Amino acid sequence: MGLGAISVRGATKVYNPDEAAILALDNCSMEIGAGEFSVVVGPSGCGKTTLLNAIAGFHDLTGGEILLDGAELSSPGRPAKPGADRIVVFQNGALFPWMTILENVTFGPLAQGRLGPREAGAEALAMLETMGLSGIASDYPGSVSSGMRRRAEIARAMMNRPKVLLLDEPFRAMDALTKTVAHQFLLEVYDRTKPTVFFITHDLDEAIFLATKVYIMTTRPAAIKKVLEVDLPRPRSYKLLASAQYQALRQECQETVRAEALKAFTAGEREM
Amino acid sequence: MTDNPSGIIPAVESLPLAEAATAEPQAAAHRPRGPLAKWLTSPAPWLNVSGILGFLLLWHLLTTVLRLPLFDKLPGPLETVGEWFSRNPTYGISVFTVEYYQHIGLSCLRVFLAFLLATALGVPLGLLMGWKKTFCDYTFPVLELLRPIPMLAWVPLAILMWPGRETSIVFLTFLGSFFATLLNSWLGVKSIDRSYFRAAASLGASESLLFRKIVWPGAMPFVFTGLQISMGYAWFSLVAGEMLAGEFGLGYLIWDSYILVQYPVIIIAMFTLGVVGSLSSLIIRLVGNLLIKWKVKEA
Amino acid sequence: MLWLMIKRRLKRLPKLWRSQTLRRGIISIIGFFVIWELCARFKVPVLGAVPSPTEVALCLADQINEAYYWHSWGSSMVRILTGFVIAQILGVPLGLLLGFSRKAREIIFPLIELMRPVPPLAWVPVSVIFWPSAEMSMIFVTFLGAFFTVVLNIVEGIAAIDERYIRAASSLGASKSDIFWHVMLPASLPSVLVGMTVGMGITWCVVVAAEMIATNTGLGYLTWRGYVAGEFPMIVVGMLSIGLAGYISSGLIRRIGLMFTPWLESR
Repeated sequence: MGLGAISVRGATKVYNPDEAAILALDNCSMEIGAGEFSVVVGPSGCGKTTLLNAIAGFHDLTGGEILLDGAELSSPGRPAKPGADRIVVFQNGALFPWMTILENVTFGPLAQGRLGPREAGAEALAMLETMGLSGIASDYPGSVSSGMRRRAEIARAMMNRPKVLLLDEPFRAMDALTKTVAHQFLLEVYDRTKPTVFFITHDLDEAIFLATKVYIMTTRPAAIKKVLEVDLPRPRSYKLLASAQYQALRQECQETVRAEALKAFTAGEREM
Repeated sequence: MTDNPSGIIPAVESLPLAEAATAEPQAAAHRPRGPLAKWLTSPAPWLNVSGILGFLLLWHLLTTVLRLPLFDKLPGPLETVGEWFSRNPTYGISVFTVEYYQHIGLSCLRVFLAFLLATALGVPLGLLMGWKKTFCDYTFPVLELLRPIPMLAWVPLAILMWPGRETSIVFLTFLGSFFATLLNSWLGVKSIDRSYFRAAASLGASESLLFRKIVWPGAMPFVFTGLQISMGYAWFSLVAGEMLAGEFGLGYLIWDSYILVQYPVIIIAMFTLGVVGSLSSLIIRLVGNLLIKWKVKEA
Repeated sequence: MLWLMIKRRLKRLPKLWRSQTLRRGIISIIGFFVIWELCARFKVPVLGAVPSPTEVALCLADQINEAYYWHSWGSSMVRILTGFVIAQILGVPLGLLLGFSRKAREIIFPLIELMRPVPPLAWVPVSVIFWPSAEMSMIFVTFLGAFFTVVLNIVEGIAAIDERYIRAASSLGASKSDIFWHVMLPASLPSVLVGMTVGMGITWCVVVAAEMIATNTGLGYLTWRGYVAGEFPMIVVGMLSIGLAGYISSGLIRRIGLMFTPWLESR
């Protein structure tokens, strides 16, 4: 699969509901290298999701541009087309409840016409097998646990061999124990094919544990405040959490985020 | 394709596939206008009007110009409107006659009485059923036994039970709205998060405080949805009651005009029913919105 | 299918018997009948006018052997089925069209909003004037009862589709028609079924009243005849039969609905 380097240059987004202009993104720039696991951290409602949606192509920008591998993806008035090279895993999960897990996983390749039904089925079963999900292939999403659903959704995304995997707080609703398992799972998936990952969260431990680079955002209007290189060795395991290097990174991250969170809190922003 | 706020269904239009989003931000940013002005300059109102005009034209064509079989017996729009607003109506019913308003007034009075009764009985019973399990256990089975019987099947029994037609009609109308009110009030209490009850109890709230501060406001949104539905049902059963047993009122007017072959009056009475019916549910919605401000804010 | 439903319920009975709710329920139903009987026996004002349960039971036992009684069932059922099916055939595509196309919505919706508040029964005379046979006019009014409910439920159902699903599908490379067939259609199916269930209830209500007003067959007429002919227990027998018929038809719709929405069962 290809590269997947994302350049965000001066991205600006103004929302215009009822003539009350809201500046969600203000001249935000970042360079995400191909195959980088980037995690974006920031206070609630700061505009992280706006940036993700612009990259995914769900809405356009008011100013600035986004490039994928040097080719223009999105600019004002020209929103990116959503496509299978940039797959999104949503905050609350978006497995189609009316399809079985297997049907969900084969949906992408069948919709793109990339594979026939039989090949897609075979490939999907193989994918589910490697992800430990073959037992629930013919179940409906509504009847499996939320952890399983989230895994299946990541499997559905990976079936398309995306250049970029966009995750919007995918593990937000999980309890701490399920979350650790999900992290391990996501890292395994990442280590296998090394897509570029754009991961949004406000859980700092999650951010540092997963990331190659952590981008800390300011409160709205969002811009990048600080970029933190996480040079912890891969493959990572939970033993890392006790290391001094991890603790130092955690501390640094905490201080930056806390200042922004306080600003957001006193401004009375609503949770998004 | 355009940016107008009148669409009831934003989800479809914000499909990321279409070019929908392209023109919007700039246009809005350059010329700040009120939502109403924006709506008026969009194609929406013209389309709305064209739909209704098209219908009227078709109706006119079918009944008056082409006089197709089947349609030739129906009164056309011109005939109906002419009669409706005539100072000297052929069949004695128009906006200038007292009888017209007597029919409307009597129908409204019946619905109002029945609705009031249904609310006065249905809301407290429903709330109690949702709140107290014992009460629910004893009442729910009887309710479930009676509920599948359509309210209009009660017509003969209602006439039999009550002395005089007037009470029978009001009773029928009452039945129509009672079940909807009761059921929605019950659902309203059921929909309240149990943790609110626990929170209030652990804060030391008494039973009566619990009712006033949790049960009542919590069930309000459902209660008002129920009242809107029940108002619709009230008009629904009123018409049947008046047709079968009335001596006045809009439903009776429709039936009487049919018997007397005064066809335009049927259409006039039907439209009047529609207008009065929508007005009454509008009133309930407005009252509901006034009373449940917290819900609007949260949404 | 009905038998299966009953059988499944019966299997759960022994467990339910131990529950307080059930015991109270039985007491309440028995109490209801006892009070009813007493009201009729002692000629309590208003309620005493209702024929007593024993009279009704005797009348029902009689009627079960009458061909006319079953004929009434048949003609009501045929009307319901025809009106209801036509309402689906016309209402479902119209609802889908209105849900997906804003232009169609803007043209047609005001018209629907204009017609909807007119109670279906107010249409009876116009329908009788218009249609050449009484049967057709009856079916037309039945159709109207279900039609608006079905259309409005579909439009609302489509409006309520979570945008995440549409975004997810387009992100996975689905085309517009893929999104229609694989996302929007299945996502709006549950509300289509709700519309059908509600519509079925209204349909029964309409048929019954229309039969009282304008024909001489069907369960509605059977009930009305009981009143006119002074055979008062027949009124209650008619009402019970209508209730049962309505209950069966709603149950059937729910069953059929579940076959089309297997994912809802796993919740």
